[in-house]
Amino acid sequence: MSIQRREFLTALGGGTVAALAGCTAFGKGGDDSGAGVAGETLTLTTTTSTYDTGLLDELNAPFQDRYGVAVDAVAQGTGAALETARAGDADVVMVHARSLEDEFIREGYGVNRRDLMFNDFVVVGPEDDPAGIDGSESATEAFAAIADSEALFVSRGDNSGTHTKELLIWEEAGVESGGDWYQETGQGMGQVLNVANQQDGYTLSDRGTYLSQRSESDLVIHVQGPIEGGPELLANPYGIIAVNPAVHDDVNYDLAMAYIGYVTSPEGQRRIEEYTANGEQLFYPEALSEDPDFQQYVPEGWRSDDTEE
Amino acid sequence: MIAGTADALPLLAEFPFESQYVRSIVRVSLHVSLVAVALSTLASLPIAMVVGFAEFPGKRLVTATINAGMGFPSVVVGLLVLFAVSNQGPLGGLNLVFTKEAMIISQFVLATPPITGISLAAVTSVDDAVRDAARALGGTRLDVALVVVKEARYGIATAVLAGFGRAISEVGSVLIVGGNIAGADGVSKTRTLTTAIQLEARQGRYDTAMVLGALLLLLVLAVNAAVVRLGDGGTLR
Repeated sequence: MSIQRREFLTALGGGTVAALAGCTAFGKGGDDSGAGVAGETLTLTTTTSTYDTGLLDELNAPFQDRYGVAVDAVAQGTGAALETARAGDADVVMVHARSLEDEFIREGYGVNRRDLMFNDFVVVGPEDDPAGIDGSESATEAFAAIADSEALFVSRGDNSGTHTKELLIWEEAGVESGGDWYQETGQGMGQVLNVANQQDGYTLSDRGTYLSQRSESDLVIHVQGPIEGGPELLANPYGIIAVNPAVHDDVNYDLAMAYIGYVTSPEGQRRIEEYTANGEQLFYPEALSEDPDFQQYVPEGWRSDDTEE
Repeated sequence: MIAGTADALPLLAEFPFESQYVRSIVRVSLHVSLVAVALSTLASLPIAMVVGFAEFPGKRLVTATINAGMGFPSVVVGLLVLFAVSNQGPLGGLNLVFTKEAMIISQFVLATPPITGISLAAVTSVDDAVRDAARALGGTRLDVALVVVKEARYGIATAVLAGFGRAISEVGSVLIVGGNIAGADGVSKTRTLTTAIQLEARQGRYDTAMVLGALLLLLVLAVNAAVVRLGDGGTLR
């Protein structure tokens, strides 16, 4: 249905767009005497986790200063961030759901994907642990225990990267999530943590948002992610993707690539590594490697010997 | 939460007026709402006059439509404006998505029905004798209209305030079309008081949210007071 809408709007707007694109291109080309990108705007859509933790401001301020550009960051959740980019309303996306990213690239909307950083997910809940999940070996075991005891679970329910991961864990646990004990809020991670905290529920959270909000909350970590030796299933890798200028010719591709170059550079990676909240590191840089993973540039499954991770 | 309220009071006294972040948010809120309401008023008054005094077929339908528009859900307006200004939409070439202009468009759409509807009620309640007298004295249609507007000024001021109240306190559509953007340097681009409160609450920073909420209340009260003074023509009654 959304495709029909888009086609309809494209047809409707085609004339206007064509007419105005000429003017814009003319205006931009008017001054070619070595002018830089100063004054231009990069629109970045991203997840609430990078935004709400404050990392993004930390990364963007030096980039804005260096080039004299504005970075308009729109925090939406992975699903919505990619959808905005599909419509050509963003120049670059920073998200964390590889399956959705791969789909985006396969459809031709995204190019030059780079691994950016990672952190992990943790299963948090009330300290008295009514479902008895503390010390579970795996996330699936913990989820199964929550479902069995019908303890309250608060879900993002918003097609975000975290929500995508949560659904994957339910699937692996073989649980049909639903019923009174399962509540979807449709809101960002911070808000979901607030809801879980107020109602003594469990939730799946990225470690960064949980740590940045821990002082406001009574929730404790019951199942750790891989950063603290927990299961690999709870890994949370972030990628950054430029919107394909061949699909949307008015995206700011040059600036998007400058931004990707910056955040994956030693400087950008150092800023990610050094960023802390409440004295704890929230994100771990992943772009620089002695042994780069070429799978980062293409959808997973391209390599013939590619094995399930 | 109660302890939080007490904590926020000293914050309110010192923090917001110094902070560039808060000042820029207030500026964006006022800019968007005031421009939208000004444009709405310019569009609404002629409509109210025509619908109020002209006799034409379908007049009841037009009136009903205006009244229904007052209850139009703001998130739906936001969604429709997003479709219109998105790169794929009919206005895509103007690059309006995630800008103040897009927010003004949606606020305009939201504020126009209440301003038109309440103005319409105000001008139709002006005594016919006033119009007759103005016309008898040889006034043109414009003169008659101006006399009616002058007579109905309290009602029209109420209409503008209702429109302003709807615009400034609205969160759904400005979030969708504006994107709640502030730069890394803490200067708001499309972040308004309402969307900032939503963001702060999402992050669990309730004291900052409360300070912004108090500012929003103050702002609404201040604009109301200012319009009431204007309506009195600067004189005390």
